[in-house]
Amino acid sequence: MSYRYDIRLSGSGGQGLILMGIILAEAIGLHDGKYVAQTQSYGPEARGGSSKAEVVVSDEEIDYPKAMKLDLLVAMNQKSCDDYSMDLKSEGVLIVDSTFVTQIPLQGAYRIPFTRMAREKFKRDMVANIIALGAISKVTSIVSPKAIESAVLARVPKGTEKLNRDALRMGMRAGQKAKQLMASSAVSLIENEDT
Amino acid sequence: MKRKDQEKLLQGNEAIVEGALRAGCRFFAGYPITPATEISEILSTRLPKVDGTFIQMEDEIASMGAVIGASLAGAKSMTATSGPGFSLMQENLGFACIAEVPCVVVNVMRGGPSTGLPTSPSQSDVMQARWGTHGDHPMIVLCPSTIRECYDLTIRAFNLSEKYRNPVILLVDEVIAHMREKITLDGSRPIDIFNRVKPTVPPEWYIPYEDTPTGIPAMADFGEGYRYHVTGLTHDIRGFPTSKPEEIDLFIRRLFRKISQNFADMQIGEFYQTEDAEITVIAYGCVARSAKRAVIDARERGIRAGLLKLNTLWPFMRTQVEKVLHTSDCVIVPEMNMGQVSREVKRVNKGAAKVFTINKVDGTIITPQEIMGKIREVC
Repeated sequence: MSYRYDIRLSGSGGQGLILMGIILAEAIGLHDGKYVAQTQSYGPEARGGSSKAEVVVSDEEIDYPKAMKLDLLVAMNQKSCDDYSMDLKSEGVLIVDSTFVTQIPLQGAYRIPFTRMAREKFKRDMVANIIALGAISKVTSIVSPKAIESAVLARVPKGTEKLNRDALRMGMRAGQKAKQLMASSAVSLIENEDT
Repeated sequence: MKRKDQEKLLQGNEAIVEGALRAGCRFFAGYPITPATEISEILSTRLPKVDGTFIQMEDEIASMGAVIGASLAGAKSMTATSGPGFSLMQENLGFACIAEVPCVVVNVMRGGPSTGLPTSPSQSDVMQARWGTHGDHPMIVLCPSTIRECYDLTIRAFNLSEKYRNPVILLVDEVIAHMREKITLDGSRPIDIFNRVKPTVPPEWYIPYEDTPTGIPAMADFGEGYRYHVTGLTHDIRGFPTSKPEEIDLFIRRLFRKISQNFADMQIGEFYQTEDAEITVIAYGCVARSAKRAVIDARERGIRAGLLKLNTLWPFMRTQVEKVLHTSDCVIVPEMNMGQVSREVKRVNKGAAKVFTINKVDGTIITPQEIMGKIREVC
């Protein structure tokens, strides 16, 4: 039986979601060797407005190329979190940029302040998407850290490799930490119920 | 290792560029427009590297004019646009039809009419592609639904236009044009490339619009010494305007004959699980992908469903469509317009099956669930 893993990266135009989708698709498709289909939807604005990129992953040729029920949703602003969180499967993963997303409808969401991290550490909001990619590679197992790093370095402009590698690794650390936190809180939940 | 190197993640528009260059395209004139812009953008850097020419024209009327001129001079030529630009191209597209000038026009459809929905997908130019320019004329229109097909059908489009001396339209929707999938560009795989047949007779014996059994006259490049007249007026075999009924009739019928004698060569499609299907979906472009998913889901629920995917929209694939109309009880035609291909399906149906439509015109793709809903409704 074939599997299908549906990812949606959402936020507002200018946050680099489409580039994020392309890099993620290249990492999974070219470096990890699975079937991928990457699509996007965007408004006529260059910045602002809603923007989303979707990546469907499978072990066989993909028919319907848009995401259906989501296995992974990354919401980079509040509106996209509000609009799409109900599309998640019950076991789906939600990762939000907690710089902008404050109201989260699901308990088990990973909250990482991608944009704030980008601003504080690199003085550039721009690399928030790369930090988020790093986090995805640690929080989920859909893409390997090695593949995402090769894909990022192959796509970014010459001369920005160091900046992007640092951003990616920062994201990986944040993802790892968030995952550990989540695991420990899940354990405490079970313990509370048991008592 | 070498094979792995050639594996790429390409967008539909990028694959069209690769296909065009592989087919031998060496001239592009156009005016950028969403959602076809990437084709111009990439060709503007790629064409000069292969001694080709890229010109950004002042508008789409002139773009088509430049494409015709370049093709008459011997270069495989193309342009790419979307609805509003395609409307402007119609005048000169008619010139390419009557003067029998090979060329490829890519139309990445957006919602219309007029400037419509620049960034949203649509399939509403199916009839425009067939009948957009005035007068009786045959037209070849191909429609990809995967990135592989974007590449292969672009090559096919050039081959057909060179072979039959007719414009070929590659009709793409925004989903496919902007979607990215893995593709292995096969530099080593043998690919048939067809180049226009040139005259072998000395220039003074050359009859530029001669009626031959194939209906396709040999074509000399301008500047090669074969002097002949090219006009938008209905012409005789030497290319000069005529008003003699017998010459006009001969000419128009030859234009149609060269295409209708060769339907099998231009009609491409795919039957998926149609042998025992009670319900067959006929779809094209991105919707064919939704339809395939719906057919798989329906089969899992015990419904005998099938899919006929059309890669050639014109000439209409009557033989293939008639086949599923005769073997199925119901046929569903989902499309992102008010019913353009379904109109043709109904035309050839003659009561063989019940024909249902799904028409979605809100700027979003038809989902597998929507097709599944219709399958359940009719079964």
